[in-house]
Amino acid sequence: MSDLLDVRGVSKRFGGLLAVSDVSFHLAQGEILGLIGPNGAGKTTLFNMVNGVYPPNGGSIWFEGRDITGSPPHRVVQLGLSRTHQIVKPLNGMTVLDNVTVGACFGREYQHLRPARETAMEVLKLVGMGDRAQAPARSLTIAGKKRLEVARALAARPKLLLLDEVLAGLNPTEIAQMIDLVRRVRDSGVSVFMIEHLMQAVMNLSDRIVVLNFGQKLAEGRPEEVARDPQVVEAYLGDDKIAHKLMEKN
Amino acid sequence: MSGILASMIDGLLVGSVYGLAAMGLSLIWGVMDVINLTHGSMIALGMFGMYVLFTAFPTNAYFLLLPLIGAGFILGLVVYWMSVHWVVGRAQLMSLLSTFAVNMMVIGIGTAIWSTSPYNVNFSVPGVTMGAYTFTGNHIAAAVSAIVIALALELFLYHTRMGKAIRAVADNREAAELMGISSTMVLTVAFGIGIALAISSGALVSTLFPFTILSGAVYQMKSFVVTVLAGLGKPLGALLAGILLGLLEGAVTPFIAVSWVPLIEFGLFVVVLLAFPKGIFVRASA
Amino acid sequence: MILRRLVFWLVLLTAAAFAYLPVRGNNISLREDLILVAVAIILASNLNLMIGYTGYVNFGHIVFYGLGGYVGLYLATVRNWNLAVAALAAGAAVSVFAFLLGLAILRLRGAYFALATIGVLQAVQAFVSNFDPWGRSTGLYVEFTSYESLGGPVRALWVIYFLVIALMALSMILSLGIKISKFGLGLFAIREDEDAAVVLGVNATMYKAIVFSVSAFLPAVAGTLMFFKNGMIDPSIAFEFMLSLEGIVMLMLGGQGTVVGAALGPGLYERLRSWLLTSPRLSNFHLVIAGGLLLVVVLFAPGGLIGWLYRLWPRSQEVIE
Repeated sequence: MSDLLDVRGVSKRFGGLLAVSDVSFHLAQGEILGLIGPNGAGKTTLFNMVNGVYPPNGGSIWFEGRDITGSPPHRVVQLGLSRTHQIVKPLNGMTVLDNVTVGACFGREYQHLRPARETAMEVLKLVGMGDRAQAPARSLTIAGKKRLEVARALAARPKLLLLDEVLAGLNPTEIAQMIDLVRRVRDSGVSVFMIEHLMQAVMNLSDRIVVLNFGQKLAEGRPEEVARDPQVVEAYLGDDKIAHKLMEKN
Repeated sequence: MSGILASMIDGLLVGSVYGLAAMGLSLIWGVMDVINLTHGSMIALGMFGMYVLFTAFPTNAYFLLLPLIGAGFILGLVVYWMSVHWVVGRAQLMSLLSTFAVNMMVIGIGTAIWSTSPYNVNFSVPGVTMGAYTFTGNHIAAAVSAIVIALALELFLYHTRMGKAIRAVADNREAAELMGISSTMVLTVAFGIGIALAISSGALVSTLFPFTILSGAVYQMKSFVVTVLAGLGKPLGALLAGILLGLLEGAVTPFIAVSWVPLIEFGLFVVVLLAFPKGIFVRASA
Repeated sequence: MILRRLVFWLVLLTAAAFAYLPVRGNNISLREDLILVAVAIILASNLNLMIGYTGYVNFGHIVFYGLGGYVGLYLATVRNWNLAVAALAAGAAVSVFAFLLGLAILRLRGAYFALATIGVLQAVQAFVSNFDPWGRSTGLYVEFTSYESLGGPVRALWVIYFLVIALMALSMILSLGIKISKFGLGLFAIREDEDAAVVLGVNATMYKAIVFSVSAFLPAVAGTLMFFKNGMIDPSIAFEFMLSLEGIVMLMLGGQGTVVGAALGPGLYERLRSWLLTSPRLSNFHLVIAGGLLLVVVLFAPGGLIGWLYRLWPRSQEVIE
């Protein structure tokens, strides 16, 4: 499998604070890569650099062999990289369908309005929101808004989907539904890079995991390797026996 | 002493009044994220307030500042409840439009009362002569008044409970509310103070130059320039930036026609906003 | 597609009414009333593209009208160009200016942008007042003989009238067309959440500059025609801040973001305005009443009259756009 995303030695500084320091990792086509770490470890900052919200101070980012370091978000989407936000950003005054249509219109396929609407309906059905197409986005519950966020990103027909804490704020049923959705997304050919705090979900879903702490990469590897890594245990998990419990499939 | 230096010193003096005006704008902006577009009309009201009071009580105009500041505070409370309170949480553009609407109303009423003719406050204090140049007493007195008021505001913000509450709300309104601070009360008071500052700066300007009901707009523009130079919510910074602006004007006006000054100030406004979103006194982040 | 929209036909009907009514009975005073309404609709509809669609408040919108007047009048009188060509050239020139200006100041968000637009208006006025080729503060005059090219002054006024009505219809059809287009969808996304829109692939910088430029075109063309009709232009009448403000009041009153609102607001407001200006006691209160109206709308009915209609009868939203 080839490398879809290749992050090489990126750093980000905000004034006096070094939020991300010399982080390198890669993501292979077709895999689900998890990104974990304590709060403030620099995970969202890393996401923001990958999808172009701000450029890194050092290092480079390669997508499909193309240097996308510092490319603005709207260009990155057109190359095939979509993302969702930790705090969802629905386009409140517009309908659910219109929200997703925006994704299809300005995404990788840059569709015209009518085909984009069709794509949007398809994607909404895929995420299970086909019946809410005409509802105003502001009327959705938090779970609905999270699914809308994913649908919008998917409508852009990405090759890589960045999910920022897509499970946060959901109840157990909704979590199970979302996990199922992420699996279906990957099975449809979209690679996934996800930040998550819910350890059980991340350990089960991810093919591999990157661990960040204080802006630096602590570990990278398969879930069972990472869960047993003593540095990760000390910084984040707390107990090496947790690894075993977390790996129990539900 | 060269002419330019004299002009710059004079600019420095007048600039402290710009700073005072900007302090009102900056305080309101910083505390409640509202861009107070009544600012210009309030400055104009300050000018006419001084005129009216001085015509009725021809004593030392600088004593009349005190009742004007009080009246300004009360006016600020009224304006807050009329147009700002209801839109504080909403999109910033709503408060922009609502305060602008009040501005239109005030200018309209002012024009109806005083028309657009120029007015004057005929009070002067003796000046100071250095060599070939005399510095107008009024300019010096205005600068002193502005600095005194600014220092009083600093004392208030840093050494009184209400002042601390205001700074807390400016920092993080929700957190302040969780600590038991009534943000409505604080916002009302802060707005009142902001308007009082605008009124007092207008009152001082009335002693310096002839004015019309429309003169407030010029000082409003200057206030915006100063506020973006200084960054939001920093009163002493606004005073300093005002003095800086005055200095700049003093350096430049001997060479170019007065009608170009608004253009230059506007250009400065846009450039500073684009290059230094947090004001030039704060180091820009990466 | 646009032909299936009810509003499209309403626009044509309105334009036809505007065109026909004054002709019947040669009613000059009605024509003069209606032309002012038409200009107000042109200004409000184009301003709507910025405020209603994109969410950026332009306080200095009148600058496009004034600049268009200056460029067009200069070309038509000093350079003796054909009026229609001069008007279109003025539209093009002002659009280009708007595009370049937009690239610079649209980087400012929300309220900062609004403030910058006030400054732009003042800056342009100051500049034009000092600009020799355009007559500095005296401005430009139209020679009486210039009206001969349109068949004499009486006929010229009618020709200009019909042209302005056409511009009015074009303005409304333009805003309808944008509303149902992909470009419009991108603008709405920017309005709702610009950061989210960018992450979804909307090139916000370009889109904003384009819509800013588009919103300048028709007002500039109208400016040429109107100032030619009035026979003169000078900085104080070309860049009247009050007209910019009234544009905002009219748009908010009618219902920003809607095509119909941008026509309804001006229609109602113009009636109010002409009544106020002719009433001896109230003419001073023109500004007060406009301000009061704006305040009431912003506080209690930010969606304007059409927004209120949508709340009363939600299904109307599909038909009355």
